[in-house]
Amino acid sequence: MSDMYEALVKIVGKNYVSNQKEERYFYGRDPGLMSPHEPDYVVMPRTTEEVQKIVKLANKEKIPVVPKGGGLALTGLVIPLKGGIVMDMKRIDKILEVNERARYVIVEGGTTEGGLKSYLEKHHPSLRHSIPDAPPIATVVANAVIHGQGRLTQQYGFNSDMVTGLEVVLPTGEICRIGSCSISKYWFSRGAPMPDLSGLFLGWLGTTGVITKMGLKLYPRKKIRDVEVFVTDKEDLVPDILFKLTHTEMVEDINIWCQPHPPMFRENHHVTILITGDSEEELQFKKKMIWDALQEYIDSKDGGFMWVMPDAKPTFLEMPLESLSKFADVRKGGGFEYSGPIVLAEDYPECSRKLAELAVKYKLTYSGMVRVIGRSHCIMFGFAYTFNRADLDEMDRVRKALHEVAEFALEQGGTHWKPTVDEQKMMMERMDPDTLKLMGKIKGLLDPNGIMNPRNWEVG
Amino acid sequence: MLALEFDETKCANCKAVSCLVKCQYMDLDKDEAKIEWQKVIKSEDSPVLDACTTCYACEEYCPFGNHPFYLIVERQEERGMFTAPRPITKQWINMCEPAGKFRLGKVKEQALSFCFIPALRSLARGRLFESALPSWILGAEFFCNVVYLHFAKTSVIKDRLPKITENIEKQGIKELICLHDECYGSFNSLAPAYGIKVPFKTTHYFEYLYNKLKEHKDAIKPLNVEVAYQRNCSARLVPETDHFVDDIFGLIGVDRVEREYDGENALCCGEIIRMVKGYKLADDVQKRNIDDIVNAGAEYCVFNCPFCYMALAEKMAKRGIKPIHIIDLCKLAIGEKPALEVG
Repeated sequence: MSDMYEALVKIVGKNYVSNQKEERYFYGRDPGLMSPHEPDYVVMPRTTEEVQKIVKLANKEKIPVVPKGGGLALTGLVIPLKGGIVMDMKRIDKILEVNERARYVIVEGGTTEGGLKSYLEKHHPSLRHSIPDAPPIATVVANAVIHGQGRLTQQYGFNSDMVTGLEVVLPTGEICRIGSCSISKYWFSRGAPMPDLSGLFLGWLGTTGVITKMGLKLYPRKKIRDVEVFVTDKEDLVPDILFKLTHTEMVEDINIWCQPHPPMFRENHHVTILITGDSEEELQFKKKMIWDALQEYIDSKDGGFMWVMPDAKPTFLEMPLESLSKFADVRKGGGFEYSGPIVLAEDYPECSRKLAELAVKYKLTYSGMVRVIGRSHCIMFGFAYTFNRADLDEMDRVRKALHEVAEFALEQGGTHWKPTVDEQKMMMERMDPDTLKLMGKIKGLLDPNGIMNPRNWEVG
Repeated sequence: MLALEFDETKCANCKAVSCLVKCQYMDLDKDEAKIEWQKVIKSEDSPVLDACTTCYACEEYCPFGNHPFYLIVERQEERGMFTAPRPITKQWINMCEPAGKFRLGKVKEQALSFCFIPALRSLARGRLFESALPSWILGAEFFCNVVYLHFAKTSVIKDRLPKITENIEKQGIKELICLHDECYGSFNSLAPAYGIKVPFKTTHYFEYLYNKLKEHKDAIKPLNVEVAYQRNCSARLVPETDHFVDDIFGLIGVDRVEREYDGENALCCGEIIRMVKGYKLADDVQKRNIDDIVNAGAEYCVFNCPFCYMALAEKMAKRGIKPIHIIDLCKLAIGEKPALEVG
């Protein structure tokens, strides 16, 4: 093993490799509930070529490689379940190009969401990307790889739908370019009109290669943003409310939340509606369209717009939302995890009832947090429970609640988002056998030695 | 259960029926008003109950102090009506439920009440509050609850207000200086109307400010500005405090512009109307109000209620009017910095 350490030092330099206890401890866990498992090595490459050399070495020695971005998925996706190498991508973090007119950016594999946001604000103030409500150290590539969602998801779909090209180091060491960038200097399309090969890597959770560059669509940044919050106490109305809201096509982003604390929020379901405009007139027009779309609920007294006082608006408008991090520590002791299955909007009532039912059953503090994906094509329903890390019994109760959520989500016809290894297994058990076989063939072809993030999407 | 002290005979003999005829949101002549008001009294169906925007103005229009608005609210609740959407009503009721999280200064026999509005604590700074300041109360336990009139929920008021007065009394307070106009209205209009005893003296902060300004007369530099005054809904409950506005303006060298929507004809801030009736009427009310202020040539709009300030400050600033709370205006006159700013 000391040969491996020396070999890694030779690739990246001794400052960027460790097999010491401290690093192995840190890289052996994530902030969620999964059991830790330590890597043998932690390595921080700086270039695609270094990544290539590391992967080639690992493939030759049949040592696992787990690429890691911010490590914030909470579902154990970057815990090295079979040891080996954790490849921390944070040093590969350049923003390589912004094509302002074609509205795309090319970033390196470890570029952070916060870094990209700041860069665009400073250098391209008319452009923005779909920033997720994760801490700013989350990385752009990892977010796309897990099919993350962001502030523009209601308009443009999953953040992975916004990918315009990839550079990938395959598990066998080849460097592939995916999309228009494979034949051109432009990164405007990840596939069309050619075969779209990005699906070999997006959603695979790092099991089919290491993404070292990514093209990503950018969108117009409007000058003004504002927020309205529509409230109803009838969860059964939420799907209709979403249908009507998305029909207006006036909205930047829609989030739904329900929680029992503080008391002013209990018993109700809150639909946060974010609106943008380049002028007050544009903003007012959009607001009126939205109000009119929901007027019938106001007339029936089943729903209404909450008065969002000026001092409360920044809480709703900030990107990413800091309030999520505050909720994460509401029990003190820093424990927070959620299961966020992707389900139909019509499942909202059942999901919200299940959320509250499990909170009672397991004596937990909860929050339901939903992001609308596309024009109500589906939603991410986050079943969030907090816990005190010093309270092992409470942590166990959260695990049990989330396990029930996982089963429930599949029964509802949904899919797991950023699934744990167990949730992946649950999905594969239900998957069409030929589809599963196809996944196995793809994995076997790309990663014949099974070195990439092993135990994830492991078919058979 | 507490009951509204309402005298039907006063209405029977009333010829003007000002409560409804003067209403800014209903169009009834005297005869129609008389008929509809009798229906309200007899607890019969009346369009009045639906049309009410809960602006409180009829409380002031009634020359007999017979509490027409409180009666309308009683009748709305008896019918299970929701003025605002039900979830919004729940939200407001839950928001101000006492939960043992109140805050206290070094409470003495005389104390400032910041109600349940932290912004009032920010306002009450500087020389005008130096002597009174260490003694203050803030929290849902001291919240006046008048707001539930907007939501047709006198039951909440009847349930909570007696406990609120008890909570204040338990602090050993003999004189409460109400920085929230609505608190003063609660103790001096609503409580007596329902036979709720208020075992302490209440002083409106206008009176307190007026007296403090007189104490600091030498520090006053006349502001020499033209201002409009945004009269709020709860001012309708205690119109006897209104003269202090002009008294204060006189002391600090401020001219109150003449305009259409002032005094009895004042327009409310519109945000409650937004919740109760929707955006169209709310936008119309706010536009008329701000247009009126602009056309009257005011430089500042002076606020009594912090919620009116929140509702209108930004909109006024965009039209070139400087919004300012009356406490901040007084501080400005003695060379101190305002606490509330737009944006």
